Amino acid sequence: MKVKVISRSADEFTRERSQDLQRVFRNFDPTLRPQEKAVEYVRAVTAAKLEKVFARPFVGALDGHIDSVSCMAKNPNHLKGIFSGSMDGDIRLWDLATRRTVRQFPGHQGAVRGLTSSTDGQVLVSCGTDCTVRLWKVPVASVMELDDSSDDPTEPLAAYVWNNAFWAVDHKWDDNRFATAGAQVDIWDHNRSQPVNSYEWGKDTVISVRFNPGEPDILATSGSDRSITIYDLRLSSPARKVIMRTKTNSIAWNPMEPMNFTAANEDCNCYSYDLRKLDEPKCVHQDHVSAVMDIDYSPTGREFVTGSYDRTVRIFQYNGGHSREIYHTKRMQRVFCVKFTCDASYVVSGSDDTNLRLWKANASEQMGVLLPREKKKHEYQSSVKSRYKHLPEIKRIVRHRHLPKAVFKADATRRIQMEAERRKEDRRRAHSAPGSRPKQAFRKKRVLQEVE
Amino acid sequence: MGPKEENDLAAIQRGEDDEDLIVKKYQRGDGINLEALRDKKLKGQLRVREDLNKKSAKAAALIEKWLMPGGGGYLIAEGLEKTKRVLQEDLGEAVDILSRQKQYDIVLPEFGPYSLDFTSSGHYMALAGRKGHFVILDMKSMHIIRDFQVRETVRDVVFLHNELFFAAAQKKYPYIYNQDGIELHCLKEHGPVEKLQFLQNHFLLATINKSGQLRYQDVTTGEIVGNLRTGQGRSNVMEVNPFNGVVAVGHSRGSVSMWKPTTAAPLVKMLCHQGPVSAMAFHSNGHLMATAGMERKIKLWDLRKFQVLQTLHGHAQTLEFSQKGLLAGATGSCVEVWKVESGTSSYESYMSHTMAKGFQVGRVAFQPYEDVLCLGHSKGYTSILIPGSGEPNFDTWVANPFETSKQRREKEIHALLDKLPPEAIMLDPTKIGAVRPARKKEKPTKKEMEEEMEAAIAAAKDIKMKKKTKGRNKPSKRAKKKQEAVEKAKRAFLQHGVAEESSKKRKRISEETEVPISLQRFVKKKISG
Repeated sequence: MKVKVISRSADEFTRERSQDLQRVFRNFDPTLRPQEKAVEYVRAVTAAKLEKVFARPFVGALDGHIDSVSCMAKNPNHLKGIFSGSMDGDIRLWDLATRRTVRQFPGHQGAVRGLTSSTDGQVLVSCGTDCTVRLWKVPVASVMELDDSSDDPTEPLAAYVWNNAFWAVDHKWDDNRFATAGAQVDIWDHNRSQPVNSYEWGKDTVISVRFNPGEPDILATSGSDRSITIYDLRLSSPARKVIMRTKTNSIAWNPMEPMNFTAANEDCNCYSYDLRKLDEPKCVHQDHVSAVMDIDYSPTGREFVTGSYDRTVRIFQYNGGHSREIYHTKRMQRVFCVKFTCDASYVVSGSDDTNLRLWKANASEQMGVLLPREKKKHEYQSSVKSRYKHLPEIKRIVRHRHLPKAVFKADATRRIQMEAERRKEDRRRAHSAPGSRPKQAFRKKRVLQEVE
Repeated sequence: MGPKEENDLAAIQRGEDDEDLIVKKYQRGDGINLEALRDKKLKGQLRVREDLNKKSAKAAALIEKWLMPGGGGYLIAEGLEKTKRVLQEDLGEAVDILSRQKQYDIVLPEFGPYSLDFTSSGHYMALAGRKGHFVILDMKSMHIIRDFQVRETVRDVVFLHNELFFAAAQKKYPYIYNQDGIELHCLKEHGPVEKLQFLQNHFLLATINKSGQLRYQDVTTGEIVGNLRTGQGRSNVMEVNPFNGVVAVGHSRGSVSMWKPTTAAPLVKMLCHQGPVSAMAFHSNGHLMATAGMERKIKLWDLRKFQVLQTLHGHAQTLEFSQKGLLAGATGSCVEVWKVESGTSSYESYMSHTMAKGFQVGRVAFQPYEDVLCLGHSKGYTSILIPGSGEPNFDTWVANPFETSKQRREKEIHALLDKLPPEAIMLDPTKIGAVRPARKKEKPTKKEMEEEMEAAIAAAKDIKMKKKTKGRNKPSKRAKKKQEAVEKAKRAFLQHGVAEESSKKRKRISEETEVPISLQRFVKKKISG
């Protein structure tokens, strides 16, 4: 007879000293864990609820401006630095960590309409309605920390006066040239008092300009003639132009896919275009209920943030038709400018109520250093949530957002309008000769024509 | 090549096979058939998922192979010996001293027969004597934690989610006590309860009372979540299927009904025995049920098909499956254990144990994570060794026999967070989160239709005519009648065809005219005019 019986001595399975960690034994046998799918589902529901409980996206407001904030620029050299310009000609450098003004750059007589900084982070370029472009020296990081020279008046490195008001400015990514938008598109050099090059296509005002970060010679502008124009600095004339039904307020290039850009339109939507195929947008991002004023891509290129005239900030997936997140507070007014921070974890918005606001990019993310245990827990929760995301209960919890009453109502009205339009179109098609009114996708409908 | 090397080779071979088997266990069923999918994006996503699943199964299998501390127990007969004939005394001499201490009798002659229950880790045991005697025992140190009397009939005892609370079915009502023997709740709604069960994952206390009323009470909120009338009279046979949380009740007319708290009708009603059902047990994998009837039969059922797999002869007052799938049954003073021998698929007698005459075994229970079978009987309680019955490797986060109080507190919180709603009880719990298959039936092909028609005609021709009188039995009449039957059988198929044809015709007409949708309502008129 051969016999063996389970026999466990306590000292093999327990710790020796009280300072030791408890010993852990694992057995992954499925029969020891009955109903594991149901348990997992319950965990997914709990995780979805916890996400809602911990969704506290608003970090703080940065106040100091005395007029509405019109434009912002990131400091590429310093993660927590951000520049903002306001309608009274005030430019400020903020420290996001302490939420205080580090330095002011006085000088502009009218509204500051455009801000940008050079890629090396040394020079800040501003332009405004006073027909001047001003170049400023950016204080080094140590000065930012010292924070003793906040009221020290600084003189601009240069101030170039030109013959029209400026609407926007953007710096080239690889050398010291920058482009301004106004009556036409002007290309400037840091050291020249006059533009080195000018582009004009039509007589309408150009209202925004943005250089492509991946392909530095390409830039896109939008004009008040409802056009989006693509320029190549190596050519003497603009390259292509597409005219939409409504005006585009701002443009942002996808930093990870150099051929794609997204345009923030006056008709509440954003349109993602492929540079090579401008006759129709690749994706329409709808959810705002009023004009989208500004747009900025996350450095990861997977999502972008938009600020709108409907007093909300929304975050979209780069290929998602609807927003994944909406941020609003009672005191936030029309949002004129938004920026993703360079580490993709925060969003800054500047609005009509003279404040900059700092938001988390993921509303329920736990900030700060995480323990490995915490990290594992977060990973587990997000993975069970994504596994059961199609189940109605979880979908409902994850999707639900509280909307301000005005937005909610405007949204409902908009939906009714769209539905009525669609119905009318259907009826017209039914009552006209077959084939004379082909069905057109919404994204194609919004583009009038492409001009070469 | 010597015999030893051959043995080694065989072992390696076997080891590989074992590993495949283990991987299969962790894969939890077959993967998805990706070839059948047309959506490329979905296919890609699912392929990634499948690969991950395979990888994790493999990792778990490797962990089981190399990192798990203990192999299971065994008892192998040599020569002419038979495991069935091995006596507990002989076993005691052959095993180590720690295990030998697990063979004992506790004689409590006055308050029996005793029923008993273990916590999920097997660390604590509750004993309840019929005449009102309770003992809570620490099985590791054999300390009595609490010993008290209620001076009332006690029919059953069950631990709640941990050793701190237990419920007891007493003469008029069930009660909940804490570890110190302090009565916390009297559950008056339940009435005189015959049998108690606790659903670990749902925190539900299931009771069946003398009038056959099955009640579920949530022990965290106190809410009665189910109050079901079984309608088959009094029963004291009730078990929970640990795989899905379904409660099965064995009735005096030989049927077994399975229940969930949210529906008033039973999920399953099956006739298992000719006489009353006397005992029942579920295998932990959820596919096997054992029932014992008064007609001296013990049946093993496949719960996927609801079919008998095997019938064992003998009577059992109580049945229990161990973690490793051994089946124990007892009647009178005899205890028998059955086991599936490797290579076969049927239960064979593995061990038996006979108590002194006059000891009536009322309850058998395997101690979890130990090779121990506990018998509650009329004269107290006995613990015997059954090698190979318990799971050798415990999981600290599932049930830890060496749990500290801090770990216990932590686990309680986690268990409460993961508490399942009563709706999660269903026959197939793997269905949660799965896609319901499409019910759309394929249209029969023309050939199939023809075959069907021919079959129907043949059936109509084969109808035996009754003998009639008054001239109705004339050959001509009979032939006519037969012809009519055939026509009738044909008609159903022909009409179907006609309807299809006419719809096709209509379609052709509309194609010919090609008018806008808004004008199509005028088309028919025009053609007829």
